[in-house]
Amino acid sequence: MRARPDLIEHLPRLRRYARALTGDVTRADDLVQDTLERALAKLDLWQAGTDLRAWLFTLMHNLFLNQIRSRRPPDSALDEALEIPVSGGQMEALGARDIHAALARLPEQQREVMLLVGLEQFGYEEAAQVLGVPVGTVMSRLSRARERMRQMLAGEPVVQLKVVK
Amino acid sequence: MTDKVSEDDLHAFADGALSDARRLEVEAWLAAHPADAGRVQEWMGQNQSLHAAFDSVLNEPLPIHLVRAARRQPARTPYKAIAAALAFVASGLIGYGIGTVSDRQVVNPPLASALPLARDAAIAHAVFSPEVRHPVEVEAAHAEHLVNWLSKRVGTELKTPDFAALGFELLGGRLLTGESGPVAQFMYQDGAGRRVTLYVRRAVAGKAAENQETTFRHVTENGVQVFYWIDRDFGYALSGQIAPADIRKLADAAYGQLVGQAGGG
Repeated sequence: MRARPDLIEHLPRLRRYARALTGDVTRADDLVQDTLERALAKLDLWQAGTDLRAWLFTLMHNLFLNQIRSRRPPDSALDEALEIPVSGGQMEALGARDIHAALARLPEQQREVMLLVGLEQFGYEEAAQVLGVPVGTVMSRLSRARERMRQMLAGEPVVQLKVVK
Repeated sequence: MTDKVSEDDLHAFADGALSDARRLEVEAWLAAHPADAGRVQEWMGQNQSLHAAFDSVLNEPLPIHLVRAARRQPARTPYKAIAAALAFVASGLIGYGIGTVSDRQVVNPPLASALPLARDAAIAHAVFSPEVRHPVEVEAAHAEHLVNWLSKRVGTELKTPDFAALGFELLGGRLLTGESGPVAQFMYQDGAGRRVTLYVRRAVAGKAAENQETTFRHVTENGVQVFYWIDRDFGYALSGQIAPADIRKLADAAYGQLVGQAGGG
């Protein structure tokens, strides 16, 4: 029997990522707890010698995705073009350089890439594995996320691709 | 000649993900293309902002329900919950708040609770040493300020051992929180990018077992090699994921330089 890996050392980073992803302490820690429970239940599937941290982030990503899907109306596709629905009033630029607000306004898929690369320091290939998408998709999301972020932080009006009614 | 620089190259530059050769080429490109340089600058600033906003989470006390979830299958019945709580306390992980194990209770402190010194040090090493961009709070360039600041917070005159002869340079340090007060972590790195951390905190009062361990000891905590000792009420632990023989040399050097040489008091 192999020794069971200790998940505790991964807690601080999982919490950091979840906090930035959800923007909420309680939601973030709930997501971490779900991730841990799933990890322990599936630990046999983790291949010893591979990156445990990346595997844990993959589990968290899948859980986060499920949350988003369950909160969205079934007909609203989770595609690349989907932007956060905002009312006209919210479309004005962020005056303050508020990274929290800017993150919250990024579409989830762009936010994930932005955080995996910019905060958690995953390589592009690793981020692609965590998210289960080709690396080209990671790059295009990253590019869009950073441009959108730049506009928001610079106080430029953000171009909305799509306003959901 | 500079090859055409792609959008991906610009991102990789901002994220420090390019090879040295390619980085130089992209630098040359940026020097000639101010608009691209401006965007890259902006992206690097975004990364910095993310760290500034969220790195503090790394040093927050870990909620007890998460520590418990990380350690075992979730208890599904009251009986199992009680058994789990007892086993958990018995494991020595927490000697705190026995009898009031609520789900929102916080293990205080996060990286330096009633866990033995070596274990806390190993966890702190595992958390911070992989950080690429912000492994330390204060860089070695401000070494004097760093040592003074951490000495003041930890409550003893700290000294950073010199590992230059062994190929390791001081990278910097950070302040962690702990049950027995603040904790100092110094990080060193060698030419190959290997890192070791020195963890210093006041020995936990009343933890007789910990205080008795005044000799030089070695344990392996989850793949992290830890050498630790107690000197004048302070616990020191040197941690690294490097060959035991290598860290042994560093630990010998640290022990030799630090023990008995702390300022009066």
